[in-house]
Amino acid sequence: MNSNALMSPSVRFSLFNLIKEGLSGNAGWPRQWRDPEPQPAYDVVIVGAGGHGLATAYYLAKEHGIRNVAVLEKGWLGGGNTGRNTTIIRSNYLWEESEALYEHSVKLWETLSDELNYNVMYSPRGVMMLAHNIHDVQVTKRHIHANHLAGIDNEWLTPEEAQEFCPILNISHDIRYPILGAALQRRGGTARHDAVAWGYARGADRLGVDIIQNCEVKGIRRDASGKVTGVETTRGFIGAGKVGVVAAGHTSVLMGMADIRMPLESYPLQALVSEPIKPIMPCVVMSNTIHAYMSQSDKGELVIGAGTDQYVSYSQTGGLHITQHTLDAICELFPMTRRLRMLRNWGGIVDVTPDRSPIIGKTPVEGLFVNCGWGTGGFKATPGSGHVFAATLARSEPHPIAAPFTLERFTTGRLIDEAAAAAVAH
Amino acid sequence: MLLIHCPYCNMKRPETEFRNAGAAHIARPLDPATTSDAEWAAFLYLRDNPKGIIAERWRHAHGCGRFFNAIRNTVSDDFVTTYKAGEAPPETEAFASEVAPGSREANATGKQAETAL
Ligand SMILES: Cc1cc2nc3c(=O)[nH]c(=O)nc-3n(C[C@H](O)[C@H](O)[C@H](O)COP(=O)(O)OP(=O)(O)OC[C@H]3O[C@@H](n4cnc5c(N)ncnc54)[C@H](O)[C@@H]3O)c2cc1C
Ligand SMILES: [Zn+2]
Repeated sequence: MNSNALMSPSVRFSLFNLIKEGLSGNAGWPRQWRDPEPQPAYDVVIVGAGGHGLATAYYLAKEHGIRNVAVLEKGWLGGGNTGRNTTIIRSNYLWEESEALYEHSVKLWETLSDELNYNVMYSPRGVMMLAHNIHDVQVTKRHIHANHLAGIDNEWLTPEEAQEFCPILNISHDIRYPILGAALQRRGGTARHDAVAWGYARGADRLGVDIIQNCEVKGIRRDASGKVTGVETTRGFIGAGKVGVVAAGHTSVLMGMADIRMPLESYPLQALVSEPIKPIMPCVVMSNTIHAYMSQSDKGELVIGAGTDQYVSYSQTGGLHITQHTLDAICELFPMTRRLRMLRNWGGIVDVTPDRSPIIGKTPVEGLFVNCGWGTGGFKATPGSGHVFAATLARSEPHPIAAPFTLERFTTGRLIDEAAAAAVAH
Repeated sequence: MLLIHCPYCNMKRPETEFRNAGAAHIARPLDPATTSDAEWAAFLYLRDNPKGIIAERWRHAHGCGRFFNAIRNTVSDDFVTTYKAGEAPPETEAFASEVAPGSREANATGKQAETAL
């Protein structure tokens, strides 16, 4: 099948279409993207069809006119961390470089459903981060001041104000880690994880990008000068002018194929959901100090997560004691959840850098680019990451917002140390 | 939860008694004054992060308190073996086959023109 022969029918989602399809059993929706055979070569090959890889392909086609692009995925699109995360979105990071990057992303979230004509269910319901001791209070207030200097909203709440915003919060003084206050970013919130991957996939596909699933990259081929010429895959060799690796927990494995060692370690990060209940939770609440965070999905499930397991692993599972530790904290913060049953728990493999900031840009190998190191907190950055990485790939020069996030910073020492800011999941 | 064999206590104990301390056998540069930025970066930050066999440090924090090393498969999380700090990594078959292709030396030069594939 020729990849260009069968473009998806251009049905736009609209109120009219929804009503029409609703009345006719929803039988008339066309498939949302093609299932093309790989072409012999592309201008750009993206490795990894998570949200970041798909967004990269979308912006390459949309903003840079580079449409001869393939996204290769070893499993199914959105089946990695994109489909496993707890969807917290915020931009109240400490350092200017991070503020610019995450705020760029939040701004894109605000209009993303319109941009893609796909409901990504972005819900700016507010993200509240709790402070439990003097150190927390000082660090949190420092963040708030830093954010104000950057024009990013973030405000200090007393325990009473925090409880007013989230009535089920336990602000009693008698608990082991009483709440001393909180930072609230009102523009923070959540979005629907799958919809983000699907929306970008549909958008990229329509612009001519080939999304090739069940296609694992096994090697990176280079010519005598060392320049990348393409990738070896389970579906044969695919030539490429440029290769962008966007493979989250598997980045070290892929970069190893081009003999590059990365400043990354891959850890399991777990999450779980409760049985669905009526709405009790109007916002997202996070506590980095006692390792727990929670929000409520539109289905009614409480979505709960915490910190990583302690050892390098690719097993997509983790220890039960980590989950238990999280639930201990949840039960103390939200006593009304104590008798809830948990429905499912799972793990993803997150790629963690020493300074907890991502790496976006060029590599020592010509034609090879990487976007990784998003660790426990890259879902929120999906639109912004794809946007700046597409520009970086198109121009072979870092986008200004991506420029500080180089691989070289680990040699020059110019780290962007968000580790202290949120060493736990976010 | 992992069950981990402490080579000092000579017992399998639950993971919650231990702290993982990252990749093993990373030697600090001997002469800081002549160590280049790239060598410091390699020592401080670059890691093999293997999908397969890893050599790593653990500390029996809530037991004997001592550091030791382990060989573990990062796909199954099974331990191949554990051994005392200061001992050379055992020549287990699984470990040897992992270290050979694309070994650290080959990776460090980064000069190979073409991959084997
Ligand atoms: C439990 C959990 C909770 C999280 N919670 C949050 C949160 O609340 N907020 C937040 O901002 N972030 C969160 N994150 C982090 C977030 O999920 C990630 O940073 C983000 O989704 C990464 O997106 P990605 O597209 O880079 O990676 P992925 O979605 O993992 O995509 C990478 C893709 O590459 C593919 N791939 C790998 N190797 C190959 C190969 N050799 N060939 C072809 N394809 C390959 C994989 O199959 C995968 O689909 C969480 C993560 C987890 C695991
Ligand atoms: Zn011991």
